[in-house]
Amino acid sequence: MSNDGCGAPAGGVTITKDKAGKEAIVEGHVLSGGAPVATGYARLLGTGDEFVAEVPLGEDGGFRFFAAPGDWTLRVLAPGGVRLEQSVSADIGHIPTVEFAV
Amino acid sequence: MSRSDVLVDADWVEAHINTPGTVIVEVDEDTSAYDKGHIPSAVKIDWKKDLQDPVRRDFVDKVGFEALLSERGISNDDTVVLYGGNNNWFAAYAYWYFKLYGHQNVLLLDGGRKKWELDSRELATDVPSRAKTSYTATEQDASLRAKRDEVIEAIGKQNLVDVRSPDEFAGRLLAPAHLPQEQAQRGGHIPTAKNVPWSKAANEDGTFKADGELTTLYKEEAGVDFGKKTIAYCRIGERSAHTWFVLHEILGLPNVKNYDGSWTEYGSLVGVPIELGEGK
Repeated sequence: MSNDGCGAPAGGVTITKDKAGKEAIVEGHVLSGGAPVATGYARLLGTGDEFVAEVPLGEDGGFRFFAAPGDWTLRVLAPGGVRLEQSVSADIGHIPTVEFAV
Repeated sequence: MSRSDVLVDADWVEAHINTPGTVIVEVDEDTSAYDKGHIPSAVKIDWKKDLQDPVRRDFVDKVGFEALLSERGISNDDTVVLYGGNNNWFAAYAYWYFKLYGHQNVLLLDGGRKKWELDSRELATDVPSRAKTSYTATEQDASLRAKRDEVIEAIGKQNLVDVRSPDEFAGRLLAPAHLPQEQAQRGGHIPTAKNVPWSKAANEDGTFKADGELTTLYKEEAGVDFGKKTIAYCRIGERSAHTWFVLHEILGLPNVKNYDGSWTEYGSLVGVPIELGEGK
């Protein structure tokens, strides 16, 4: 998908190999008993719980954000009142993978 | 306008799924969301394919809007209920179009697709078939849309509300954090703009905050003068349509425009003033 819109495609924008070296990417998956959770949302929060971005989970339970280098909080929302959180540090050229188990 | 005139909750929508004269419309950039499952009886509008001019940078003209609604089976007298993902981001954008072209009865589902999904309400995959109509739009309502010269003229005189994230406002990011950051234009914001990220108007489940909280957010915390005219902008005019909805439709401020050229236009203009850093 091109980035001339502001929308958040399910799972986050797909990346190419060369792009990974220029962006501070954070990605991961949400799983339940090993199976992907495809209905739900991942939110990227900055300092003081400041909302920055949100994507619907992909078919594989995946999500991806293009953050600035620094510390972030990831929050996952899913049906049934699921609300999980993890901290993550983003940096250019390094892609941390954050896995959530529901 | 007030909240009860423009918002309905999920129970209301569930009760009106098959009500003649009510058309439920999902608006998402990611059309796979609709295909994965949508509110039963809902039709789809694609914000880009359906609402944007394919050649010029502008949105669909009156004739195009009429053709779109006629093809989707929407009549002038229908009550249109819009919903979408991302806290109704694109649904609010479409709502603004409907108002620009004079549709009288249009509502937003509070919380949009997210609230519906998180509530585990029914989603359908069959695409409804609606008989074509002959929709007639009005000319664009210029009181709802700001153009670039008017925005420059408004610096220091009207409220300018920049609804992007603080990092975009300051010039550290050029796009929302769920998108790649490569862009051509300069970073920063329009001088004198107040930064109130659009998402602050929504609760975590996508519903709009209460009127009192919204007034505190814009008036008390950000210093938006409710006695002045207001122009909202973001990067391409979608997130700011959400804020336009809050200020004009929920809180009922009379003079609020959405600047859909937004930062991708302003940040590429030659010679206009730009401010960097945090809000003042």
